[in-house]
Amino acid sequence: MATIFAFAEARGGELRKVAFEAVTGARKAADATGGGEVHALLIGGPGIASRAAELGRYGADVVIVVEHPALQHYSPEVYAATAAERLRAGGYRAGFFAASAEGRDLAPRVAAKLGVALASDVTDFEITGDAVIARHPTYTGKIIATLRLSGQPALVSLRPGAITPVESPRTARVETAPPAVDPASARVVVTEQTAGGAAVLDLGEAPVIVSGGRGLRAAENFKLVEDLAAAIGNAAVGATRAVTDDGWRPSTDQIGQTGRLVSPDLYIAVGISGAIQHLAGMRTAKTIVAINKDKDAPIFKVADYGIVGDLFEIVPRLTEEIKKARGGSR
Amino acid sequence: MKIAVCIKRVPDMEMRFSIAADRKSLDQGGLKFEMGDFDGYALEVALQLVEKQGPGEVVVLSLGPDSVQEMLRKGLAMGAARAVQLKSDDVPFDGLAIARALAAEFKDGGYDLIMFGRVATDTGGSTVGPMTAELLDLPCVTSISHLEIAGNKGTARRDLEGAAETVTFPLPAVLTIDEGIARPRLASLKGIMAAKKKPLDVRPATLGEARLTVDSLALPAERPAGRIIGEGADAVPELVRLLQHEAKVL
Repeated sequence: MATIFAFAEARGGELRKVAFEAVTGARKAADATGGGEVHALLIGGPGIASRAAELGRYGADVVIVVEHPALQHYSPEVYAATAAERLRAGGYRAGFFAASAEGRDLAPRVAAKLGVALASDVTDFEITGDAVIARHPTYTGKIIATLRLSGQPALVSLRPGAITPVESPRTARVETAPPAVDPASARVVVTEQTAGGAAVLDLGEAPVIVSGGRGLRAAENFKLVEDLAAAIGNAAVGATRAVTDDGWRPSTDQIGQTGRLVSPDLYIAVGISGAIQHLAGMRTAKTIVAINKDKDAPIFKVADYGIVGDLFEIVPRLTEEIKKARGGSR
Repeated sequence: MKIAVCIKRVPDMEMRFSIAADRKSLDQGGLKFEMGDFDGYALEVALQLVEKQGPGEVVVLSLGPDSVQEMLRKGLAMGAARAVQLKSDDVPFDGLAIARALAAEFKDGGYDLIMFGRVATDTGGSTVGPMTAELLDLPCVTSISHLEIAGNKGTARRDLEGAAETVTFPLPAVLTIDEGIARPRLASLKGIMAAKKKPLDVRPATLGEARLTVDSLALPAERPAGRIIGEGADAVPELVRLLQHEAKVL
């Protein structure tokens, strides 16, 4: 039995989906060693402790809550020192983070402080003997590396969406702890955080992504993509690099090798040919739908379901049919 | 202002990759190599900072076998003043082992900024920058999409998923640079000629112990062959039915 650490990422006083993914990963690791405890670290501003019970639902036995008025936003140095201190003291076999923007910043700092191995952007893992074995897509997803982490604690950051949160309910014991260093001493200070709008679902969290490419012909035609996403409900809108380079969409919407790497349950590619650069960002989606006028477009090679034809006819019809199907099922 | 930029030699990602006989490395035959995408952005940002806020110099650094010298010459041709190769014929996968070699090189180098690309386009770890910062006990800001330096203070913007952050930091610092911040310049003919005469120092890399190693490489499981279910808007009802009842994602 091994005790496993998980970092529970929060933003704006709410847990992010990647927090449940990290706890689910840690639960899986603990169970693989015969059912050890999962300890989740939750850092935030006043009131964050009220979120601890949600982590118990996904299998955290202990939630270590670090509340501080200066920690409403991510503070890299304070978070890293606090996570490292806990990992050092706790005798953990492994520690799980999200390979999100925050986790990619945090986990390497923690690994360097502890002098331990970190496997980054991991899609799957197992614990065998004294090693952790992790799979990580490299070369834009064209090669899968199987990595071996030796030493303890072995740290892993999980690709958002790669692990589906699974409930394993228990009543988590809540411990409170102070930050390991005084937040006022931090050299890197977040002075402002602007949300992309609370109503906008993030690409890394959305179970469904509807993405548009050059086939849409003009920025204003993204309305079709947005309408489809709205009809589906829990969907975010993404774009190809060609589209963000042309300024039709903000660069933060870009999915691909140089943009976001996503693994939603459903990915709908609208007017996207399927360049390697784009496929690198979405080929791990569970189900892929492609709508494109060119039947030879590479996107159809990876699409589970494809429709060949004029997207300006197909997409509005799809929006309408989904609304109808949704209406009927309620 | 003295700025170091770490650049990595990576294969052109448009190529077809195959795995070498040892099952642990890439077959290098026939591959074309280039400077990592994000490293190019980092170098451009560094060059512009020195041009606008000089005097100063940009030093390009790469860790690897002698083949990395080609990328270092490219960095010199773009405008870096000198180059350093930390020589290692067998580059470990472990970011921390690499960060130890970089930290040893930078420790007493007097750099105001040490820059990296946000992520290496081949191994995709995004670990070496923040690890190097941690080993040097320097402030670090990752994934920067906008940067301003005034005196010994910096302000940067980071794009998070669905949000953006503005952060301030003191110099010296370690920064990792995101795409789109500044388009890397093309080397001029004059730059290419000048690069041949600029200093390129070669030193052995003092790598740390690797605790993250490659067991094997494999090609990804093929997705089941794609299926075109129909043409035009008339195929939509069938698509919705499949998404609801077969894929169960709606």
